[in-house]
Formats: sequence, C-alpha cells, structure tokens
Amino acid sequence: MLKQVEGSAAVAEAVALCRPEVICAYPISPQTHIVEGLGRMVSAGKLAPCEFINVESEFAAMSVAIGASAAGARSYTATASQGLLFMAEAVYNAAGLGLPIVMTVANRAIGAPINIWNDHTDALSQRDCGWIQLFAEDNQEALDLHIQAFRLAEELSLPVMVCMDGFILTHAYERVDMPSQEQVDAYLPPYEPRQVLDPADPVSIGAMVGPEAFMEVRYLAHAKQRQALELIPAWADEFRNIFGRESGGLTHTYKLEDADIVVVALGSVLGTIKDTVDEMREQGVKIGVLGITCFRPWPSATVRDALSRAKRVVVLEKSLAVGMGGIVSNNVSASYAGSPDLVHTVIAGLGGRSITRKSLHKVFAEAVEGRLDTLTFLDLDHAMVERVLTREREQRRSGPIAESILREIGVVAAKIG
Amino acid sequence: MFQVRIHGRGGQGVVTAAELLSVAAFLEGRHAQAFPSFGSERTGAPVVAFCRIDDQPIRLREPIMAPDALIIQDPTLLHQVDVFGGLSPDGYILINTSRTFEELGLGDFVSGFDRKHLCTVPATELALKHIGRAVPNAALLAGFAAVSGRISLDSVNAAIREKFPAKVAEGNVAAANAAHAYVVAQLQEAARA
Repeated sequence: MLKQVEGSAAVAEAVALCRPEVICAYPISPQTHIVEGLGRMVSAGKLAPCEFINVESEFAAMSVAIGASAAGARSYTATASQGLLFMAEAVYNAAGLGLPIVMTVANRAIGAPINIWNDHTDALSQRDCGWIQLFAEDNQEALDLHIQAFRLAEELSLPVMVCMDGFILTHAYERVDMPSQEQVDAYLPPYEPRQVLDPADPVSIGAMVGPEAFMEVRYLAHAKQRQALELIPAWADEFRNIFGRESGGLTHTYKLEDADIVVVALGSVLGTIKDTVDEMREQGVKIGVLGITCFRPWPSATVRDALSRAKRVVVLEKSLAVGMGGIVSNNVSASYAGSPDLVHTVIAGLGGRSITRKSLHKVFAEAVEGRLDTLTFLDLDHAMVERVLTREREQRRSGPIAESILREIGVVAAKIG
Repeated sequence: MFQVRIHGRGGQGVVTAAELLSVAAFLEGRHAQAFPSFGSERTGAPVVAFCRIDDQPIRLREPIMAPDALIIQDPTLLHQVDVFGGLSPDGYILINTSRTFEELGLGDFVSGFDRKHLCTVPATELALKHIGRAVPNAALLAGFAAVSGRISLDSVNAAIREKFPAKVAEGNVAAANAAHAYVVAQLQEAARA
C-alpha cells in the first residue's frame, strides 16, 4: 500500500511486519522515532507476543539482544553514533557468537565535537566487527532492507546492520510502498535458530577459545561473510519476485555501461549524485554511478566488474579515516584493476554538511578534466583552517579548536544550506 | 518540481507544516518529499523545513536553496534570517501577519514581484480562535493552497485529518478554512485594485 510517511515510521512498520519477539533499545537521535514507533505498537498490543525491553544504555541494549537471540527470539534494536560506540564490545560479541540480531543504525557523526547530524563514521567504525552492513538509498529501500535483513541474518546465523542516513532519511516524509503481512510472511519464515539456550536441552554458548582454535573460528566468520556475497543477490531476486521491486542486493548501478568516470557512494547521497550525473550527461559527459548497498561483506568481484571499463573513479564518502583518508575508497581501490592513482577520494557531508549538486558538479568536472586531487574535502573552508593553523603557530595557548571556529562563524541559524 | 521553504520558530509546527504539505500532495497522486533543517529543535529557535513536489520520484537530498514559494510563519525572522535567500521574483511569498508587506518594511523588496503571488494572513490569530493555541501551520498551508493553486484546500484538510487526532484536526481544519477564505478575499481585492 502506498503511504506518505516519515522514514522512521516506515522502518518501524516494516520491522513490525517481520514479527519481532524482543525489541530492546535506548533512545538516541536520530534513531529515536523508530523505537518510539515500535514501542507504541508493542504497548497497544499490536505485536503480541513481542516484548519491548527498556534498557539503561546501548551496551545493555545489545546485551539484551544477545540474550534474547540466544534464547531463540527474533531480536531487534536500533542506535546511532555514540550509542553504537558505547555498545561496541557487545556488537563484536553478537557477531562472534553468530546471533542473527537485526539493528538499524541511523547514521550520525561521532564526537567530539558533539554533532547529532548525519555522516557514516559510526557504522564504518564497526566495519570489521563481523556484522553484515547494508546501506539504504531511500526510505523504500530502508524498509525493504529490514525485511531482507531478518531473512539474511537468520539463514546465515549472523547479525545484520541496516544503515540509513540519520535525519536525511529517518526524518524525511516520502512515498513508500508498505508491503502486506502476507507478502512478508511469504518471504520471511519463522525463526529457526541454529543454536538456542533451552533448559530442556542445555548447551553453553560463548566458550573461551584459545590459540588452538581461535583462528579457525575467525576464519569461519570470514568464510560465512564471503558466502553471503552469493546469497544476498539471490535473496534480493526472491524479494523482487514477491514484492515486485528491486531493493537490496550487493550494488546498484546507474548509467554505467559507457561511463568513463564512475562515482562510487553509499546511502541517500546517491540520489543527489544521480541528478547531477543526469545534468552532466546532457552536456555529453560519460559519467555513471556505482552505489554500494552491501558494504560488509565487501562485494569485491562485483565492484571490480562494475569498474572494469572506468578510466577514473571518484569515491564520494561521508566518512574519514583520520590520518589516512577515505575508508570506502580504500576498499574500492583494492577492487579496482586500474592504477590506484585513478581512484580519487572525496570526503563529503561530514557532520551533516549539505552535499549540493553545485559542489558535486564542480568536483566531478575536475575529475573529468584530470584536475582532481587524490584526496579532496568537499566545500572545506580552507581560509578558516588556515586561520586556526596560524593562531596555533603564533600562540601556545591557542584554545579549543571547535569553540574558536564557532566564534568565527557567528550565528549559524541564519544559514539555510 | 515545485519547492517550498517554510521558516518559523521551534514550537510553531514548521516541520509538521512541511510534512502536511507532502501528505496533501501525495493525496493528489504526486510525489513529495518533506524534511526539516535538522537540529536546533528548541522552542523559539529559528527553524526551516522543506517540501518538494513533483510528478516523478524525487531523488535530490540537498536543502532547498532556490525555493518557488516561501511560507514565513514568524515575521520576527524577517530581519534575523535570510528568509528570502534564493527566491526568484516570480516566486510566492506567504507571511503570517495581520500587517501588509509595506507595513512590514518589505515594500521595496517585493516591488518586482507579481502581486498575485504575495499574500499575508493572520494565521496565529486564526489558530488562537479556532484551535486555542498559537500554532499557525495548518492555516498557512491553506493560505498557500489559495495563493499558489498548487494544492487544493480539500487535500490540505485531508492531510490534517490524517495527521492529527479528530478533535485537534477539526480545530485546524476550521482555521485552515478561515485562512483560505481570507486569502481568496485578499486576492480578489488585489485583482480589483
């Protein structure tokens, strides 16, 4: 059924259609509306026998999800930013134990300085934790990916993180096609755990493993993720058969066939990139887009194929490996058969900085003309950075950086973009 | 694509206004995208929300920097925030006030605008009368429907009824109807002048 709803409401309804049995969460912007929505449904008895467990922290949220999942319950939680960091130890445990928890990450920057706005540094900080990580391009895909995530998680016995851009998607009202309960039931069978804590048939989960077997356990985790690379497209196909639309899979391509320049990105910025690409195509520029839907496992072969005829690659990412550069671009470079010099990193949108068509045009045009640097920070105020560096050279007690930059900018509320 | 930017202050239902407008457009079979200028959700702080309406799916995620229409929910923002930024002279301006553009000191600024695209409506007064609270958003949307013709009053009222519980909805619908009638009368008067 077509609906015009907030992204968070769409995801809450999709999760509800998946018949979760335990939901545990601690509120943090911009995830809050999702779990509030689910909380209302549970308290109204619409999800019976689902239990909503209020916890005292994100660490507790993931710990409860681990316990619930190990006891055989379909378990769901959601978080963002510092919340994801606070639960990090348990996030690794959920993957290491092979528990099929589904978690929404409403992507948000990580402090300090504290910032509630969108970027991808939270999810990408957990890229090596062993969870499958899927990134939604719009709210339709966000809700669809949650349905696929439960299927994937439970078939593989691995946790799945569904990443959606905080505020940009979570707080956006747009049209979504909400599936019926019958469709979701046809796609997602009841949870049949591979391992379960059952007093009638006692087992222990979470043994200490020494050097004699730890490598093997880790190898199997890796092998299982690589196996997922074959299953994820198959389940996206099955999803299309039941729901009648393309959603999920490993990657999305756009006007790639004859593209000399390929832009690679994750999440909602793909929409703005495609609009920019259409405008540049009208001017005769052969430019295309590769959207990464599945970031973990990394779809190396698919990316390599998609970039096989690209003369230049621009990776536009909302994340930064401080002291190194791009995170996504590092992965892309490893899957590009051409020279690494032809892979450009553009760091964009950190802490919610708007990514506009105007700025994208400029940076893509530079790539076309072969003038783009290896590493670019989109719309960085170089003059401001230089003033801070000068002050630091001149004064020993130059003061806190964030506060002095804010003083220079003045009233932020007067700005629109 | 038609792009609307709504300015107001925290507590005036600015974000809700954009959402309601998107629902109204959806009910007319169109694609719509509403989103807030995230963050400063403090009562009284300047807030901006955006709504795009189109006949095709909307992929663009940048803020609306060149709006086709502006709804200004709080005239005290006029000299504090660059509310008119990016608006072209054929754009629409709707301001929540009982004063005229000239009385607001905007006479020179709007001199190049199409007078039929300019409109003021005392939406807060109408809200106080019909809802009992100073929430001008629904009345302003109805005013926007009247001045722009981009959306029908029926769709605005249907969106209000979808979004709010029945009692709150009826107050807002009454305020919306009154605002619509006010703007229609104002436009007729301008046409005669």
